[in-house]
Amino acid sequence: MSDASLPLAPAPAALPRASRGHLAFWLGALVLAGLLFFGLRALGNDYAYFAGYFILQYVVLATAWNILGGYAGYVNFGAAGFMAAGAYTAIALRQSTGLDLLPGILAAAVVGALLGLGTGYLTLRLRGVYFSIATLCLAVVLQTLVVNWDYVGGSRGAYVVRPREVAPFVSYGEYLFLVMLGLAIIAVGIARTVELTRLGRGLQAIRDNERAAEAVGVPTMRLKLVATALCGALMAVAGAPLPYYSGYLNPEAAFSLAYAVNAIAMPLIGGAGTWAGPVIGAVLLASLQQAATVTISSALNLWIVGWMLVIFVAVAPRGILGWFRRR
Amino acid sequence: MDGGDLILLLNGVVSGLLIGGIYAAAAAGLAISFGMLDIVNIAHPALMVAGGFLTVLLGTALGIDPLLAALLLAVPFYLLGTAIYAMYHHFFERRGDEALQGLAFFFGVMFIIEVGLVMAFGPEQRFLDPAYAYVTLRLGEVDVPLRMLVPGLFAMAAIGALWLFLRRSFTGLAIAAVAQDAEALRLMAVNPVRIKRFAFGLSIALAAIAGGALVVVQPVEPSSGQVFIGRVFAVCIMGGMGSLPGCILAAFLFGVVENVTATFYGPSWSPAVAFGWLLLVLAFRPQGLFGKLA
Repeated sequence: MSDASLPLAPAPAALPRASRGHLAFWLGALVLAGLLFFGLRALGNDYAYFAGYFILQYVVLATAWNILGGYAGYVNFGAAGFMAAGAYTAIALRQSTGLDLLPGILAAAVVGALLGLGTGYLTLRLRGVYFSIATLCLAVVLQTLVVNWDYVGGSRGAYVVRPREVAPFVSYGEYLFLVMLGLAIIAVGIARTVELTRLGRGLQAIRDNERAAEAVGVPTMRLKLVATALCGALMAVAGAPLPYYSGYLNPEAAFSLAYAVNAIAMPLIGGAGTWAGPVIGAVLLASLQQAATVTISSALNLWIVGWMLVIFVAVAPRGILGWFRRR
Repeated sequence: MDGGDLILLLNGVVSGLLIGGIYAAAAAGLAISFGMLDIVNIAHPALMVAGGFLTVLLGTALGIDPLLAALLLAVPFYLLGTAIYAMYHHFFERRGDEALQGLAFFFGVMFIIEVGLVMAFGPEQRFLDPAYAYVTLRLGEVDVPLRMLVPGLFAMAAIGALWLFLRRSFTGLAIAAVAQDAEALRLMAVNPVRIKRFAFGLSIALAAIAGGALVVVQPVEPSSGQVFIGRVFAVCIMGGMGSLPGCILAAFLFGVVENVTATFYGPSWSPAVAFGWLLLVLAFRPQGLFGKLA
């Protein structure tokens, strides 16, 4: 995709091996998805879909954060803002045209990409910290706008009456789970493609030394903008099904800090800068939280995530994957 | 604009200036850590809110004036600040990991403080009523409530003391020097890490003072810190990062704009103004309102 816009280069010699790797990845993903789907159907428990959706949504969110944060080293604190932008895009689309989940996800991707592009265009010329602060602010600005926007419910929130079931599926929960599963696979696939192509190598050069990268001809600004747009789009996509998932959405829930902290904690704990890291982190932390919400209070639950983030970045800055890879 | 609007505007400007004094105290701490030491402490507003909560606790427990309580709290907050810096230096600055892991560290600290406050005090608002809270001076048509004037003056006094310290004492000059050239400081037999630790502690002590002043002016809740991130960073960047006078001017300007907007369009819009401003400043004048490009 963005590969085409980059200066041409001789194709790497190891292409056959790489394409075999691609095939293995997609086959593996499909097999895993099939196992998950039929396993859960055999289980036949609606709560399992509920919990599965919860975990997969974080896989998408963490993967999205990793594209900008892990590869390029630009920290996006505004995950909650992008997610909520996706969720409210879905609500607004439904209010105005009656289109439901799948068009909502597409619209959310467009809105998220534009938001990311806009923020990036304004602040990416500066040092990375300014971008980070701007994303924090973006979340608050968006929240203020949504609170004052009565069309999507304002501060009272919006109800989404979801259908009882969608044709070939057992329940709507299963349908949502399957949609999120598809989104997670697409997100991880995109992240992996980014990592293995020139885009990813350019981003890594930016992370390691932006000036040097610029000097040897890496189009840093363009690459950063592509990454920010991708990151924003995927985050918004992760949020688009949220109103359908919970049936009711208010700004406080949509802009919850839990999304922002998890989006950062999961890739960093799993191992930022690799496509597998965020997946590991998301599955681990989200399952932990899902299990913990049942047993302990949600505040304590989030507190633990905060401590884990601080301890991991201090003691294991390369995350769990870093334990296995000596650099 | 008729007479009523004019009076409304005047009142908005005056209370904006008063609240600007608090913003200045909050941003002055950040001007030290972010501006001078180049440590992006996004937990600063959260620490300030924690200072506000503890001021309420200490003030009611000892039955003393909240501003005095805030002054007492500055000491443990200074120690906390030195501890945070020691950790930050050991794990991130020394390794050159400030950009990604260091930023995530402070985000985690911010989160821990905010959620910790919710768990300890509940999500409700806290506020204080010192003896002068309901006294209001009237200057012609303009109201000057002591609830805002006293903490504002207190905050300005704290900044004044800080400014004198930075200008007159050897340590203060060393803090300014460590911002410019840590190596040169080492050649003068001053340990830059020790100076930075001291300066960071000072910035956190200032956060406690700002929090104490804030809780007299308006109620605080655990999530207040989020709105203050935008305000405080906006003021600090607009003021030209490391400059205290620039910081104060920017804080007054910011307080006035925000307050006048709230007066005429309703308070629910004021965060959007704050953050919108910050985005605009970042986009068009990242060197600050009064600064020149380096």
